[in-house]
Amino acid sequence: MSYSKKVIDHYSNPRNMGSFDKGDDEVGTGIVGAPECGDVMKLQLKISGGVIEDARFKTFGCGSAIASSSLATEWVKGKTIDEAFEIKNTEIVTELNLPPVKIHCSVLAEDAIKAAIADYKKKNNEG
Amino acid sequence: MLKFPIYMDYHSTTPVDPRVLESMLPYFSGKFGNAASKNHSFGWDADEAISKARAQIAQLIACNPKEVVFTSGATESDNLALKGVAHMYREKGNHIITAVTEHKAILDTAKRLEKEGFEVTYLPVDSDGLINLETLKAAITDQTILISIMLANNEIGVIQPIAEIGQIAKEKGVVFHCDATQGVGKIPVNVDEMGIDLMSFSAHKIYGPKGVGGLYVRRKKPRVRLAAVMDGGGHERGMRSGTLNVPGIVGLGKACEIAEKEMIEEELRLTKMRNKLQDYIMTELDEVYLNGHPENRLAQNLNISFAYVEGESLMMGLKEIALSSGSACTTATLEPSYVLRALGVGSDLAHSSLRFGLGRFTTDEEIDYVGKRVVEAVTRLREMSPLYEMAKEGIDLKSVQWTEH
Ligand SMILES: Cc1ncc(COP(=O)(O)O)c(C=O)c1O
Repeated sequence: MSYSKKVIDHYSNPRNMGSFDKGDDEVGTGIVGAPECGDVMKLQLKISGGVIEDARFKTFGCGSAIASSSLATEWVKGKTIDEAFEIKNTEIVTELNLPPVKIHCSVLAEDAIKAAIADYKKKNNEG
Repeated sequence: MLKFPIYMDYHSTTPVDPRVLESMLPYFSGKFGNAASKNHSFGWDADEAISKARAQIAQLIACNPKEVVFTSGATESDNLALKGVAHMYREKGNHIITAVTEHKAILDTAKRLEKEGFEVTYLPVDSDGLINLETLKAAITDQTILISIMLANNEIGVIQPIAEIGQIAKEKGVVFHCDATQGVGKIPVNVDEMGIDLMSFSAHKIYGPKGVGGLYVRRKKPRVRLAAVMDGGGHERGMRSGTLNVPGIVGLGKACEIAEKEMIEEELRLTKMRNKLQDYIMTELDEVYLNGHPENRLAQNLNISFAYVEGESLMMGLKEIALSSGSACTTATLEPSYVLRALGVGSDLAHSSLRFGLGRFTTDEEIDYVGKRVVEAVTRLREMSPLYEMAKEGIDLKSVQWTEH
């Protein structure tokens, strides 16, 4: 598998890698994927006043999965919940130059953003 | 001095040994004759070289030189053995027995034969990768014409009890084929003592050139007959037509000669190195699992699953080292290794496996370097892994409701 420069960069220097406290009301946590499928992403958003102030990720998966989630944390920061909800996996594919066999990694990243937002809304009774 | 990249993928292929290369060179443009030309010295020189190579191979596997059929490699040998027996002995029966962990050259050939109407039993393996001899016995019917079991597995290095299988085949009067591609030249092979009737091998796995190999075909007790797959000039006792690849065959012969002389010493040396790598990784990291039988395996092989990290990303972190992984992401099918799955290794751990293949030119320095780098890379990826974090929090990953995709 040959990777694009951007995938290698995110893999080597992951952005916003780590965890927030799941119990924090301002934190929405999305965990998507399955170990049997070879990728699991955890994306956490710290939201205040409807704006995503900070994000963290942890990913089990191939380089493209790690890069997709790392990129997602960069993109969501500073966006409103509604704006973040609009991020499409195809934008991730384009930005990272993912080959067709790796498109599912970008789908997973999009799902992770949506799952984290849903968790936040549920916690805050906005759902 | 370490030289990069480090090659640790010797099951995949090997470099040509300089001594092998040297033996081949005269046969490209000087002694270029066709071994089938009986009327001039060019042909005689080529034929002599072929005879010498046959003798070198025969010496290594303890057969008669006449029992060696040259092919383009083990894939062709496997095809010839299975299709050749199936088509020749069709009247006798239509049942073939093999095992789930065989190489694709066997499994896909067997599948094609199934389409032609043959019945194939795929024996399971235990968690160590070994077939069960009682299961084998029970699978044999009066329709069984062929048993095909590999000597050593290409992914996990596990060595099957070939002599016992050969004994069972003999008792039942069934032809026994062994894909010995990963074993010949690495561990002692004696076709008589092991009761082997047909045996595939390949030069490029034993420091010879690519695109040349052979099939051992027993001539006595019993005489095994094969329907040809390649029709033409009737070379190789009619079993494999086509002008012989003289330089390649000379190289294969030389590779066998070297292996015969150096095998025992090489095995000892590589066992030590492999054990050192294994011990280092297993003491430095928790939750790492050896795949395949701990003792019945090739000295050259180490296959380990690193829980909570994915194999492809691990290899990406080790890009100065040439390795293989059982991860789906490294295959075209997106399925994790069917060999590991057959051992009962969960998909998650199959995705997390690395195969280290040691060989003739592996050094102690490389072993130390690779061990250190693997531990570093696994540690870094575990820090990044949500699964490792959950496991450390005491969450049972099996109880989690995952979102399949
Ligand atoms: C067990 C086994 N059988 C068959 C083959 C095919 O060999 P070749 O590359 O010579 O066709 C290989 C090599 O990948 C192998 O490991």
